[in-house]
Amino acid sequence: MAATCGRLIARFLGTLLAASLLIFGLLRAVPGNPALVALGVTATPEAVTALSQQLGTDRPLSIQYLTWLGGLFTGDFGISLASRTDMTPIVLDRAAVSLILCGCAVVLALLIALPLGSWAALRAGRWDAAVVSVASQLGIAVPSFLAAILLVAVVSVRAGLLPAAGWVPPAQGFGRFLSHLALPVLALALVQSAILTRYVRSAVLEVAGRDFMRTARAAGLSRPRALWRHGLRNAALPLLTVLGLQLTSLIVGAVVVEKVFALPGLGSLLLDSVAARDLTTVQSVVMLLVVFTLTVNLVVDLLTAVVDPRTKR
Amino acid sequence: MFRTRKTRYVNAPRRVYHRAAVGATALLLAASLSGCTAGHTAAVGGRAPGDDSLTVATVAAPASLDFTTTAGAAIPQALMANVYEGLVRIDASGNVVPHLARSWDVSAGGRVYTFSLRDDVTFSNGDAFTAETAKFSLDRVRSDAWTNGLKKSMDVVSDTRVLSPTTLQVTLSRPANSWLWSLGTLVGAMMTPNGVDELATRPVGTGPYVVDAWAVGEELSFRARPDYWGDAPQHEHARLRYYPEAISATNALRTGDADVVWNMTAFELLDTLPSEIAVHVGSTNGELLLSMNHRRPTFADVRVRQAVMYAIDRQAIIDTVFEGYATNTGGVPAPPTDPWYFVSDRYPYQPERARELLAAADSPTPEITLAVPSLPYAQATAEVLYSQLSDVGFSVTLEFLEFPAVWLHQVMQQRDYDMSLIAHVEARDIPAIFGSPDYYLGYDSPDVRSYLLKADSGPAALEAPRMRRAIEQILADAAADTLLNTPNIVLTAPGVTGINANVVTDALPLAPISRGGGD
Repeated sequence: MAATCGRLIARFLGTLLAASLLIFGLLRAVPGNPALVALGVTATPEAVTALSQQLGTDRPLSIQYLTWLGGLFTGDFGISLASRTDMTPIVLDRAAVSLILCGCAVVLALLIALPLGSWAALRAGRWDAAVVSVASQLGIAVPSFLAAILLVAVVSVRAGLLPAAGWVPPAQGFGRFLSHLALPVLALALVQSAILTRYVRSAVLEVAGRDFMRTARAAGLSRPRALWRHGLRNAALPLLTVLGLQLTSLIVGAVVVEKVFALPGLGSLLLDSVAARDLTTVQSVVMLLVVFTLTVNLVVDLLTAVVDPRTKR
Repeated sequence: MFRTRKTRYVNAPRRVYHRAAVGATALLLAASLSGCTAGHTAAVGGRAPGDDSLTVATVAAPASLDFTTTAGAAIPQALMANVYEGLVRIDASGNVVPHLARSWDVSAGGRVYTFSLRDDVTFSNGDAFTAETAKFSLDRVRSDAWTNGLKKSMDVVSDTRVLSPTTLQVTLSRPANSWLWSLGTLVGAMMTPNGVDELATRPVGTGPYVVDAWAVGEELSFRARPDYWGDAPQHEHARLRYYPEAISATNALRTGDADVVWNMTAFELLDTLPSEIAVHVGSTNGELLLSMNHRRPTFADVRVRQAVMYAIDRQAIIDTVFEGYATNTGGVPAPPTDPWYFVSDRYPYQPERARELLAAADSPTPEITLAVPSLPYAQATAEVLYSQLSDVGFSVTLEFLEFPAVWLHQVMQQRDYDMSLIAHVEARDIPAIFGSPDYYLGYDSPDVRSYLLKADSGPAALEAPRMRRAIEQILADAAADTLLNTPNIVLTAPGVTGINANVVTDALPLAPISRGGGD
């Protein structure tokens, strides 16, 4: 047990180290000088050199890398090259916002996709299943930012029902927090649910054709009950993997929705930092994303083991 | 039909599920608790009930609050006139008026300025504003602490001397008409030695507001100072809220989350706004400059450059990209608020003339690459330029460069471009752009430099005619084309007063703006 844990941790840390080297190296290879970006069109070569010294970007690469890595170990994400402020509270804060946004979107998407997808699978070949299938294809074709803009135009600006932009922390007013969260989550969830519906449908179809389902039917269970008692855990396996992938891609992929709703999320922080060549912030945020992805993968693996007793750990 | 035994999954004992369920619930609780404050470092969206503060929405957030080491108009826009003040102030007509300095004398040679300062001014950290702090501020601009390129305005200062706590004497190496004016911009911001340690997050100035909170990249909120020397601002609390783009900023106005939208750039929305939203149109210091690299053989010939000037229909660009809201200066690189501004008719839209010039220059179909920064107005303008230039014979390739990083690196630093376009928004930047042979334009005209120097160091009354002479030469040389002067569109909710949409320096003064009784 200890050996397994030890191996897991070693693998985790090794992946992180490799990722950090890759991120650091790639960012230095990209054209663009943070000091030049900060000084803009009035920059002079002397000023760029002086500012690079102030920012510390003229130090040897190995020193910069080790300083950054050392900071990460102590939970210090570094000083932003653009805003010259400590990035740690900001990065963690944005990550929390993104997690809430994407977590709620995935949960809502699941709540829509599970019944719809199962329905479409159980009634495969009938007209209502075809309607669900076409609707889900439409949903995948519609980009989330288009859904966002339409929602803002109709619900916020015209009807005035919900706010058009901004974020309120839950501690500062739960009602306002929900009202600001509703539209962005809906915009993301609509598209995610379309994708998940198709996965649920194909997973349920695949399970419905299995032998043990026929046995359960033969034993007297109706199709929905058989699916619920026996088929669900089998259908859940591919779905868990897909959910993990969707969640990790959504954390940063929600950047356009963040822009439309002016939400302080991780995607827009990453985009703005890349534009400003704020190397420290980009590095730290990407490392955070790597940690998040590895954690999600680990959780998916654990859940798979819980759901499927056949999996040997 | 036989009854089935109730299915049990005997492989995993119940207590594993128990543990898993308890663990999951605990995790969820912990996550929810820690998520309670999620987003607290950012701006709070919307307007809380009972919140009477002035909210100005705009785009382009400042990277930090320190304009001494960061360029761009966003930082002085937020801080000048609100947090920082200067010895002088530039009024709405572009004239220099006294501010922290009650009056000043200029010696006969035009080189020695003796300022008589106010004695009732304090900084927000309690320090008194004196000639010592004024000397400190001016000296600091010339030191290595400032890396912002605009510090060049202070190069002409040779000595600063404290004559008394309220008298400061500044000696220039030569008379400079532009110097006093530049004191009304960010290089003249008065700082105190005890207030420069945290410029990026905690600016300390003499202005009517202090920074209450800075949610980086999102919102800058101000609180009025009770010990301000001048008139109290209309609102005790004010904030500048930065949106990612113009449409969400406008939506915020429409839903009541903002009172003012400043520098609204989604011109296509203007026709769809409800009638109670007022639209103010002003000019800025921004000239949309179409640069031609003088170091490249193609553009070394003045006839090719002039062909470009004749080939471009500036009004068409204004109508297409800016919905008609920009100012057509005829190629003059100055805003309407400058004393030497005039509209030139030297280069009207004449494609035939352009073709003649190209033929005369022995290159009827020059091949050029137009390096376009990734800014919406630049990309839209580039499309129009492409068709207009192709029309007269240019073989144009559009090259899109990420702005700011790649454009600055390739065009500004390495000068690796044929033609490019960008809006230069610094005030009175003709000397910086056209008087500097090392600048990315590569325009080297000793005549223009001489006219600019004479304009600056000669009598004040002759400054405007001499600047015009310099501009005439710049136009004659077709150094670069100024496509238009960019507009500043300000939208206000009903009842809002105190808006001046003409941007003369970078400042956006919040103190005179009032929400009025309405809303």
